[in-house]
Amino acid sequence: MPPPVLTGLRAEAVVAGYDPRRPVLDRVDLTVPPGRTVGLAGPSGSGKSTLARVLGLLHAPFSGTVHLDGEPVTGYRHRTPHAQRVRIGVLFQQPRLSVDPRLTLRAAITEPLLATRAPRQAERVAELADLVMLTPDLLSRRAHEVSDGQLQRACLARTLALSPDYLVCDEMTTMLDASTTAALVGLIRDYQGRTGAGVLAISHDAVLLRRWADDTVHLTPDGVLA
Amino acid sequence: MVTELAVDHVSVRFDLPGATVAAVADVSLRLRPGQCLALVGESGCGKTVLASALLGFLPGNAQVSGSATLSDDRGPTLDLLSATDQQLATSVRGRRIGLIPQSPASHLTPVRTARAQLEEVVRAHHPAEPDPRGRANGVAARAGLSPADLDHYPHELSGGMAQRVATALALVGDPWLLIADEPTTGLDHHLVEGLLEEFRRLVADGHAVLLITHDLAAAQRVADRIAVMYAGRLIEIGPPSTVLDAPGHPYTRGLGDALPDRAFTAVPGMPPLLTDLPPGCSFAPRCDRVGPECAELPTLAADAEHAVACHRPC
Repeated sequence: MPPPVLTGLRAEAVVAGYDPRRPVLDRVDLTVPPGRTVGLAGPSGSGKSTLARVLGLLHAPFSGTVHLDGEPVTGYRHRTPHAQRVRIGVLFQQPRLSVDPRLTLRAAITEPLLATRAPRQAERVAELADLVMLTPDLLSRRAHEVSDGQLQRACLARTLALSPDYLVCDEMTTMLDASTTAALVGLIRDYQGRTGAGVLAISHDAVLLRRWADDTVHLTPDGVLA
Repeated sequence: MVTELAVDHVSVRFDLPGATVAAVADVSLRLRPGQCLALVGESGCGKTVLASALLGFLPGNAQVSGSATLSDDRGPTLDLLSATDQQLATSVRGRRIGLIPQSPASHLTPVRTARAQLEEVVRAHHPAEPDPRGRANGVAARAGLSPADLDHYPHELSGGMAQRVATALALVGDPWLLIADEPTTGLDHHLVEGLLEEFRRLVADGHAVLLITHDLAAAQRVADRIAVMYAGRLIEIGPPSTVLDAPGHPYTRGLGDALPDRAFTAVPGMPPLLTDLPPGCSFAPRCDRVGPECAELPTLAADAEHAVACHRPC
């Protein structure tokens, strides 16, 4: 009998930060199973965003590993193997800082399709825009011409373009009003229902996580999970 | 003399090439010392534009109509919308109206300590003060900071500390009216509690606070009136318990239902483009109670305890 494959996006004994003498995260283990939503709470500065960047393969840990459905991740940032990179999508807190201001929303949503030389890109963008309820006239605007809520919808469309198996949402709703928050969380749940994706939902809003996540873990100010 | 800010029929339009953006339309409200009014609505509904208009911070392509009369014993009664920048800079900003800006950490000068910036404002407002350092410490204490906290550079301050520094800067000139623009965004839960507590204390001290926020839960905890804005217009205003628990406008009901501890359902549809507003009620395309009369623009009843701009209230 073959050994069981540990599925999920897993951080194993991750030590990470910006100065090896003072790591922000201290031996953190966290698993985001497929189809589940794991909430991550903790005060400012406890390392929530650092853990999001490590699990999004955007920041190399000092030690420890990230496993993607049993496969260890061998590189981070631009060294991430293509096959692993496209399986994880990341949504950031501030949509304004994560969209190139020179691009129209249509161009921003097309970027991952261009990068992976996907077929029938125009149709796929139309499909994605429809999914996140962006109208064609909004697609032709640039970031500064739309509201935070509309821009975050475009970011969600961009993240879903490659149909990721895991989504890392780092304070995705902080800049948004209650109605847009409910709408975006609803869209992510629908996507999860269709595809069985695993979601890491990071927020300082305990009420939101209670409603959104299946289980919630807490980072303490010392960067350990409690 | 009655100390009051009286905003009457204020509209703000922006002229863009080929389009006009109706950012604020026909907004009227009153604010007096001892009151906290929360202005809520989704991003892009015109909340910040209204605050910018009151402080004369609008860009050159803005067209403003209506009046915003500031009357108090600190200076002559003034229409903020027709006042010159010189009048606003020397007698209003910081002195009669204080602004607590959105994202305070990026509002502070990064290369100077909080103390240097606070003492500069003390010297500007009180040139005769013999002890600017002591006065800065005193103001900082009112905002919940110890003198040692002031000796940090902005990047060394947490979000909550930077927020308190911004509050202290706004308090130096002792304005009676404070405008706080999304002060709770990005703050941890306990910091939000602390900040709201500070606002309550300022209101009890006789200040007036205009709290601009998309956080309904925060508005409910601190405000004595909530005004809901949609597509540039005030659509409902009243006490928090009424507005949140027995709303009259279908949009307000939708916002309440979107809270994660309630139904957690979004208001269907998207807000209208401010360049292309429907002629009647601007919420009609998203509304489940829409009727033929909604082609007419509904008006907000003036000066009622609870007013709703809707032909078919819930």
